[in-house]
Amino acid sequence: MSTLVSGSTGDWEVVVGLEVHAQVRSESKLFSGASTRFGAEPNSQVSLVDAGMPGMLPVINRECVRQAVRTGLGLGAKINRVSVFDRKNYFYPDLPQGYQISQYTRPIVGEGSLRITMPDGERVVGIERIHLEQDAGKSMHDQDPSRSLIDLNRSGVALMEIVSRPDLRSGAEAAACLRTLRTLLRFLGTCDGNMQEGSLRCDANVSVRRPGGELGTRCEIKNLNSIRFLQQAIEYEAIRQVEVLEDGGKIIQETRLFDADRGETRSMRSKEDAHDYRYFPDPDLLPLELSEDFIAGIAASLPELPETRRNRFVSQYGIGEAEADFLVTEPEIADFFEALADGRDPKLAANWLTTELFGALNRAGLPLSKSPVDAGTLGGLIDLVADGTISGRSAKDVFSEMFETGQAAETIVDARGLRQLSDGAAIAALVDAVLAEHGDKVAEYRSGKVKLLGFFVGQVMKQTRGTANPQLVNEILRERLAG
Amino acid sequence: MSDLLDLDIAGASEALDARRVSSVELTAAYLDAMEAAAGLNCFVTPTPERALEMAEASDRRRARGESGALEGIPVGIKDLFCTCSIPTSAASRILAGFVPTYESTVTANLWRNGAVLLGKLNMDEFAMGSANVNSCHGPVENPWHRTGDGAGDRLVPGGSSGGSAAAVAARIALGATGTDTGGSIRQPGSFCGIVGMKPSYGRCSRWGIIAFASSLDQAGPLTRTVRDSAMMLGAMAGHDPGDSTSADIPVPDFEAALTGDVRGLRIGVPREYRVDGMPDEIEELWTRGRDLLAQAGAELVEISLPHTRYALPAYYIIAPAEASSNLARYDGVRYGLRAGGDEPDDMYENTRGQGFGEEVVRRVLIGTYVLSQGYYDAYYLKAQRVRALIRNDFDEAFGGVDAILTPTAPSDAFAIGEHEDDPIRMYLNDVFTVPSSLAGLPAISVPAGLSVRGLPLGLQLIGRMFDEETVFRVAGVLEQAAGFAHRPSGGA
Repeated sequence: MSTLVSGSTGDWEVVVGLEVHAQVRSESKLFSGASTRFGAEPNSQVSLVDAGMPGMLPVINRECVRQAVRTGLGLGAKINRVSVFDRKNYFYPDLPQGYQISQYTRPIVGEGSLRITMPDGERVVGIERIHLEQDAGKSMHDQDPSRSLIDLNRSGVALMEIVSRPDLRSGAEAAACLRTLRTLLRFLGTCDGNMQEGSLRCDANVSVRRPGGELGTRCEIKNLNSIRFLQQAIEYEAIRQVEVLEDGGKIIQETRLFDADRGETRSMRSKEDAHDYRYFPDPDLLPLELSEDFIAGIAASLPELPETRRNRFVSQYGIGEAEADFLVTEPEIADFFEALADGRDPKLAANWLTTELFGALNRAGLPLSKSPVDAGTLGGLIDLVADGTISGRSAKDVFSEMFETGQAAETIVDARGLRQLSDGAAIAALVDAVLAEHGDKVAEYRSGKVKLLGFFVGQVMKQTRGTANPQLVNEILRERLAG
Repeated sequence: MSDLLDLDIAGASEALDARRVSSVELTAAYLDAMEAAAGLNCFVTPTPERALEMAEASDRRRARGESGALEGIPVGIKDLFCTCSIPTSAASRILAGFVPTYESTVTANLWRNGAVLLGKLNMDEFAMGSANVNSCHGPVENPWHRTGDGAGDRLVPGGSSGGSAAAVAARIALGATGTDTGGSIRQPGSFCGIVGMKPSYGRCSRWGIIAFASSLDQAGPLTRTVRDSAMMLGAMAGHDPGDSTSADIPVPDFEAALTGDVRGLRIGVPREYRVDGMPDEIEELWTRGRDLLAQAGAELVEISLPHTRYALPAYYIIAPAEASSNLARYDGVRYGLRAGGDEPDDMYENTRGQGFGEEVVRRVLIGTYVLSQGYYDAYYLKAQRVRALIRNDFDEAFGGVDAILTPTAPSDAFAIGEHEDDPIRMYLNDVFTVPSSLAGLPAISVPAGLSVRGLPLGLQLIGRMFDEETVFRVAGVLEQAAGFAHRPSGGA
């Protein structure tokens, strides 16, 4: 599949590298004990350190370090035994210290890679580095007619900046890369990957060149808060750059902003206006030294990663690859599936989960974590079908009611009298009564009008309000009619 | 009452223990003396009510048989230490109205050990200065005066802990905290004829001390005697998980280190500290110090610290670089002075322009410059390399000696207003104190004699990292041998 952009003077290759800011999942901030919970009252989760009060000092949160190492190991990356925190100096009202504590020349995680799947095959995307840094607060310009207000709840929250190599060749590849990375982070439990809440943010460096030629000048696109926008922005930007070049122009290295409403990128600031951040090692913090044991301990506790789990699903449960791909998009789905498949037919379990449950969740606009039906409850329903307590047909109705009320399948089945009648003697008695009542039709049947079997089945089902086991009814009817 | 003020910390503790005096009486005597000597401008925020409350509480504790290491001892605190619910200014207009809601670890340690707060002490703005003339509260006056010519001149107490040194010398505080980045405890100690101790970097927590240069700042005591210094440092020091650079090692009994015996100790005398233009009287004082220690049984050894001459330039790159970043938080957004503007940049410019004094602005500019792209390698990085070489010089020297003896400062106290237009000349005050600061080593200034103008002069002893005990031990012997019993003409 070609990823080239064809211009009027020939083909162009798009070169993309990503800088992903992933908020570390942790109880407290990178250098303070304040909570990181999203959506709290403004300025309710701010310690003296986060507010940049005089004389306050940062102290590294070991859990954030662990999470960064875990992420590095998940990307098969080199973990640096010694890393250094630097100060990135700039003035902004929501940056209380007047500098951001980040890692510049010596990040905590070095080279790694990420495998992504495209329709025409796999690609391996190089990961250059991951470093830890503090997030800034938030400026709010729409709360007061004359003033800007500041919320420092986010100030000091730990971010991992994950930087890819310029190995991506299209917007679609970039989107796949970010999607795969997000899944990995969720499996590792190191970032919740919620782009709407801003816990996963992405910048893209985009340039174009003649296929295989020298790298072109790149532009950095910011403000990409969904995977769809990432892809759109890259596609727009690539065409813009090709047009500039083909018109004899030059690409200026600059930062561009994606305008989602117009679907285009706009110049934000050029390289000349770029800040001089005056990086230097933060003298309040010692170099971060990690022991082999510390790293080995994290490696030993690493969860099964999405790729491995997907392959295991295919081999262990015999489900299809497309279904397996879906089941490992989020760890919660994979866990749900395995709980559901435990002791049941895995294919049936996968089918119930992907078709019925996700169908209902999507219609209701709910994530799996808010599902009114959990794995145990859904399993209960599957079991009732499997042991013949209810028919497959009534199971779907029962499921709808379970989804609405959150009740157990058994409760609904009993309340609605849906328990399947599977007592041979009882069914035989009903059959006999129906046949006695419709002697004429029996004679017609016996004279060759075998289509009438459906009529007799219908009569029995009607008598039982649909609860009679259809298989048994059929069997007994045939037997009696043959007699 | 004046005999009460003559007691040093050790003597006052003894009197308190023997119930010859109460902390309330002692504290009241100091509060009276403070008022009488208000002209020295030492205290920027006296806290008499708090002092008496704390003294009463101390007397009650003592009556219950509970007694901390500094129980009932009234002390002053440099206004760089954040003190809960008491204004803390760093002697800067930019912190106008700032009242911390938290207490620095060092002062919290002092209160836990029973000390009584007399008030907050004047200093150079953000601890930048060597004369205590850079203060939004006005200059501090040294209680010492010249004999003969210039007897009427008002002299500087040194800086930046000038208020602390002058208060202790003037007997309006029994002891005081200071901070030392490049000499800010030792040089005023020398100028005021008292003992100033800068412990090893990491010995005292920096938590709650307003930062000047984080890799150099260290709290320490200013006291009248070496024994007082040992007692007070013991009550200030200790590991603090809130400061990642504080050392997780036990605090020894510093007072117990004062054995009075230096026989067999090897004391290094660095030849590179004989600087151009150093007055003869400083040279003579140094020689006298060597003789006194030799007479006490120490072995004096000439040593070399070859990179000494690069210390001052390296210091005046590293300290401003860190300061330029540390002082970025004073932006008018959250606390202190805010001078408004239409755009954030205007607000920063107005606030910082009005809030910072001239010397602070100079250092922020120097620091910003040396960290800038294209200059970082030539200045900051090179200065860090020099720092490593200086550290290495000391490491090698301490392979052969137990402590190093040098002058504390290249001159005696000068007049307020003198050298004011010559920052380089002012920076030279730190020439002997800066190298040990860059190396993080403990160093003390002990008053050892008078200049021809009748002003005190100090000698400095530098020790191995975290070996304050040897520093105190040698300092105690030097103090006794020098027998400095002179008193300033000003003060209580």
